[in-house]
Amino acid sequence: MKTKLATALMLAPALALGACSKKPPADIPPPPQTSGTGEQTGPQVQPMGPQVGTQAHFVAAVGSSTTIYFDTDRYNIDAQDAAALQAQAQYFARYPQITFTIEGHADERGTREYNLALGEKRANAAKNYLVSLGVDPARISVISYGKERPVALGSNETAWAQNRRAASVIIN
Amino acid sequence: MMRMLALLVCVALGAGPLAAQDLGAPIGEDQAVERVPVEGEEADGPLRGTVTDESAWSDIGIAIPAFATDRDRPTPANEAGTGALGREIARVITANLRNNGLFKPVGPDSLPQPAFAQIPAPAYATWSGRGAEMLVHGYVRAREDGRLVVGCYLYDVALQQQLVREGWVVAPGDWRRAAHKCSDLIFSRLTGESPFFDSRIAYIAETGPKDRRVKRLAIMDSDGANHRFLTLGSATALTPRFSPDYSRILYLSYVDGNPRIYVYDIGTGRQTLVTESRNPTIAPRWSPDGRYILYSMSVGGNTDIYRVPANGGASVRLTDSPGIDIGGSYSPDGTKIVFESDRSGSQQCYVMDADGSNQRRISFSGGRCATPEWSPRGDQIAFTRIAGDFNIAVMNTSGGNVRVLTRGWQDEAPTWAPNGRIIQFFRTEKNSGRTSIWQVDLTGQNERRLPTPVDGSDPAWGPIRP
Repeated sequence: MKTKLATALMLAPALALGACSKKPPADIPPPPQTSGTGEQTGPQVQPMGPQVGTQAHFVAAVGSSTTIYFDTDRYNIDAQDAAALQAQAQYFARYPQITFTIEGHADERGTREYNLALGEKRANAAKNYLVSLGVDPARISVISYGKERPVALGSNETAWAQNRRAASVIIN
Repeated sequence: MMRMLALLVCVALGAGPLAAQDLGAPIGEDQAVERVPVEGEEADGPLRGTVTDESAWSDIGIAIPAFATDRDRPTPANEAGTGALGREIARVITANLRNNGLFKPVGPDSLPQPAFAQIPAPAYATWSGRGAEMLVHGYVRAREDGRLVVGCYLYDVALQQQLVREGWVVAPGDWRRAAHKCSDLIFSRLTGESPFFDSRIAYIAETGPKDRRVKRLAIMDSDGANHRFLTLGSATALTPRFSPDYSRILYLSYVDGNPRIYVYDIGTGRQTLVTESRNPTIAPRWSPDGRYILYSMSVGGNTDIYRVPANGGASVRLTDSPGIDIGGSYSPDGTKIVFESDRSGSQQCYVMDADGSNQRRISFSGGRCATPEWSPRGDQIAFTRIAGDFNIAVMNTSGGNVRVLTRGWQDEAPTWAPNGRIIQFFRTEKNSGRTSIWQVDLTGQNERRLPTPVDGSDPAWGPIRP
């Protein structure tokens, strides 16, 4: 009861913020047909577009909200992160069979071991926020890559800002 | 029935686990080098005068002619025989002494070669005429069992006196170790410092583009020779540490998909998890006696330092701050641990007693303090100083007297030579992300890059080999 109330309270501002920044896209694809006959009807259902349970489907649904970004050495969830995680939570509520991993990352301007711990902290911050929005923690794995897997390859503030991230990745 | 059981056991042991662990073939355990007495007049006592002033010995000219052999014989160590091997040994010693900037050695390729009979009785006139102050002589002899006897002599040319001599028996494959032992003998005798050349370095060999680096566990000798890969590269390997007896290596691997510390046994080529836990474990360290392992573990995002007996047993948590507590390096006597924590809001260095009590911050001199490593001599702590750029610095054990030793854009993760005189670290290049292993001495002088076959990071210098 208490947690539900807390969730509702957190949802409200997150939704409001989400509305005045960008997306999420208006239309989220419908849930899949009931299981069992899924394989047989496969060719008829969604002949185009990514399948539920793939990263592509997740990206199509929430756009850039699959990933949240952090300030240098920080791991707090700011308003923009909250909006993105809200979009993720809606998606995961709609597809309760999906499990996923949150990958925590750091920029290259940190020592290796500290960055591994920091990535862990960031991924857990994202996880805790999603759990507070009602996502079952059993569905979420967490892994830190520290500074080992940058997405932006330059050595400048712009690149570093893109690399300080927690990315949600669907487990196939 | 028994036979079937045996077969099953064989299959269980032989299949699967090794391949799944990303491991290469085992390289075998480190062998001890046997000391043997060598001929010669009795060496004198200590050098006259003191050698505390560095300038007094750093410019000493040392002649290192080819080592002689009693009889040129074939040896697996050199296809051209023991005579050619004697020249190679003198070259390795020359490179050792020159590369560390300590002396002015002249090697065998520009010197006359002494005869075998002259090794215990040098022709001093030849060498004083060449301006050499010190003279190294040595010999190689192939024994009937194939092993090599290497003798090493150091003479003071002006005094016409032998300063020290020693001999070793090595397997042919270990001939470079005899050269390193001889280098250590010369270095220690002339400087009064502890030896360091006969030691090994564990590190991470890196290849591939910045966003898909392949990182393999590797080892090499202190001079960059005898490079070996220990893992195959299908899983990212990071932050190795040699055990004090060189029998095991601690390192981090993503082989099961998550960052976990493994204990790799060099003799058998097998590895085990440092602790059975679903939580990520990072930043492994040995205690100086090899009986304990420090590791850091994240639980729900909070990272603390733990200690576990090296041969198994219960882990003890040493820190409990809500921030990131990580790393840890024992004082040489094992009573204290310096570690890194961001409990104050940014990475700083702290010292605690070995049981986790009396935690106190020691770094207050500006910037951040990361990856502290206690010197084997006990009086200094090396660390990564983050103040704009990342540099290698040292401070005393109370955090005072900070000296910045390097000026790279990103120099990180210092590791001490066994004698505490030299620090290795790795340097990351801006933009390309390429890495290389470097060393610098305690005075900030003699910075140089170590030759590695591919990019290298996370060096960890082991102790003097047995």
